[in-house]
Amino acid sequence: MSAGAASGAAGADPADGPVARLTGLVAALRDHGFGIGTGETVDAGLALEAVGFADRERAREALAATLLHGERQRPVFDRVFDLYFPAKVTVPGAEAEEGAGAGSGDGGAAGLAGLRERVAEALAAGDTALLDRLAAEAVAGYGGYGSGPGTDGWSSYRTLSRLRPETLLARVRAARTAAGRAPDFTDRLLDDEIRRAVEDFRERVRTEARRRVADRQGRDRVARRAVAGTADRVDFLLAGREQLDELRRTVRPLARKLATRLAARRRRASRGEIDLRRTLRGSLSTGGVPVRPVMRRRRPGRPELVLLCDVSGSVAGFAQFTMVLVQALHDQFGRVRAFAFVNRVDEVTGLLARGAPDPAGLGERILAEASLTGWHGQSDYGTALDGFVERYADALGPRTVVLVLGDARTNRADPRPESLRLIAERARRVHWLNPEQPSLWGTGDSVAPLYAGLVDMRPCRDARQLGELIGRLLPV
Amino acid sequence: MANGFFGSVDEVAERLAATGYLASPAIATTVFLADRLGKPLLVEGPAGVGKTQLAKAVTEATGARLVRLQCYEGVDEARALYEWNHAKQLLRITAGRGESWDEARTDIFTEEFLLPRPLLTAIRSEEPTVLLVDETDKADVEVEGLLLEVLGDFQVTVPELGTITAARRPFTVLTSNASRELSEALRRRCLFLHIGFPEEELERRIVALKVPGLDAALAASVVRVVGALRAMDLRKVPSVAETVDWARTLLALGAERLDERVVRETLGVLLKHQDDIARASAKLDLDAV
Repeated sequence: MSAGAASGAAGADPADGPVARLTGLVAALRDHGFGIGTGETVDAGLALEAVGFADRERAREALAATLLHGERQRPVFDRVFDLYFPAKVTVPGAEAEEGAGAGSGDGGAAGLAGLRERVAEALAAGDTALLDRLAAEAVAGYGGYGSGPGTDGWSSYRTLSRLRPETLLARVRAARTAAGRAPDFTDRLLDDEIRRAVEDFRERVRTEARRRVADRQGRDRVARRAVAGTADRVDFLLAGREQLDELRRTVRPLARKLATRLAARRRRASRGEIDLRRTLRGSLSTGGVPVRPVMRRRRPGRPELVLLCDVSGSVAGFAQFTMVLVQALHDQFGRVRAFAFVNRVDEVTGLLARGAPDPAGLGERILAEASLTGWHGQSDYGTALDGFVERYADALGPRTVVLVLGDARTNRADPRPESLRLIAERARRVHWLNPEQPSLWGTGDSVAPLYAGLVDMRPCRDARQLGELIGRLLPV
Repeated sequence: MANGFFGSVDEVAERLAATGYLASPAIATTVFLADRLGKPLLVEGPAGVGKTQLAKAVTEATGARLVRLQCYEGVDEARALYEWNHAKQLLRITAGRGESWDEARTDIFTEEFLLPRPLLTAIRSEEPTVLLVDETDKADVEVEGLLLEVLGDFQVTVPELGTITAARRPFTVLTSNASRELSEALRRRCLFLHIGFPEEELERRIVALKVPGLDAALAASVVRVVGALRAMDLRKVPSVAETVDWARTLLALGAERLDERVVRETLGVLLKHQDDIARASAKLDLDAV
């Protein structure tokens, strides 16, 4: 690691050879939780040797093939790769400016209009190589800030807020349709296509800004801080809207995987158990020798699941994700009922089940259509649990598994543990999934330790943990 | 160790293209590496993007022999590796009446009574071989252990015969739909390749190759509509196979260009769920007639 950090500081370092870059890349990927062994690093080296450096995309694919184990790792890999094996971008004039320091950071208004025009043309033509060059030029011209060493840097945010590529839509559309052809069915797709191309260009700008910052501050540092982790490791409580959207797209594959796991467990559980009573009874006809063992017959019937979710602001993302996931798994259970609360509890099973659920709008629908708040808008676990026992006790039975989702922060209201105890007595099992890490339980207004004494409480901070918990905890 | 089927990445792309398989740069590079490093290739990706087809194209391009192991739930060693031909062994014992036990024993466990299954066939093969382990994720975990052993060193131990080592390593392709997470150990032994949906330009070339009669402008429109559908939040997005099917349908219908009516009537070729069709129709403004 330390060797990598030293070599990352300057591009002209003699120790900055391909081997140092490769090991630096591997170390950065390991920091992002990739399990990469030494053998794979060696393979990666062999692969690079076989493919050569002449074509950067081939080098990228060669490293991806040897170092990655799944497609979900790819976005993180791509960003880290861009840092350790940056493209040689030569922009006329920009190199000199780069040498002069980031401080200038302003290409003038006339230059900006010209650049926007060229970006629009490149977007219309779909010329990716040119877009890369323009992204580099844009960051060089408009992304610099600060003046002294140590405080200056390059910012994609600054670049993009000056350049505003999203406002080029109309211009690109005009360029694409002015090619002199009759109106066509596919014209209606054009706006979305341009939006995707613009988003792609923004990503190019971000990559370029990261590369420049890495040149200045050292690759290892930037690779660790500025590259977001894979979606299933994003903390539920810290996830932004975009990350939650990305997470939602992983629901279906995750659900399918869990369903296979549950089905495998069910299969395994259904064989190999001997019914002792019936085996002995049968052995009477053979003089007490149990010739034919009788297997225990599996009781049909699947567990029923009750979800009790806190959907107040702080933990809403977590609750929504879990609800969508459980809904996708609905065929694994006899019945799924979902209840949401902030400080009043209401059943939301209907909202969840209706047709193909539109996961993106689920949160708004729940807040709009269910009555979840009473006198105030803060979460109150005691009142909600009380209300649940009072109004929906019929949902609980000897086959019911209850999952409570929430951070157990009751805003200083009475936690009413007796309600939770009643739920635990009535249901077959109760698991509480808490999106906070255990070290925070009991701090501030959290009553997690109190509840944890009554039911099984587990931390569940990201999608990966949630998948594991659901695969393990749920009975089959 | 390496097979040396291919000399360079470009050669891979060219020779695969000659068999009718247009490879993206990622595919060509990874196939080249799998050949050069002699490691198995684990291919993942959605259904219908040509995972199995890749193995077949490599077979055809190299003139090798294809040995295929189709995995399913409950596939076991006897189906994947080898099996003794019990019936024949019994016949042999009955035929050799009066023989001593030692003679019979050394005789019935020989080549003649061995039924090689795909994995053993591929390893013993003298000629160049492509081993395709299809839908690896459908197999049980025990088979994965077996694959680890076989693909790690390309050798198999038959207790009665001794260890059989591959004369030349077969070019191995494992495909998976990711319905189950394959173990890290297996992934470690393989090169990983994810085949996603192709870039617009590549997909246009695929359509042009598979449906040569289709007008180029119409093919471009077809690919753009499919691209738009893939960007939507659908239960099952159309794959390359569906794109080609749709292009064929349009050709059969004699459509010269896309319009609302044609798209609405043929959307079922691309989308397989009713609610997907409804959602796509709404997004594409098909109902606004």
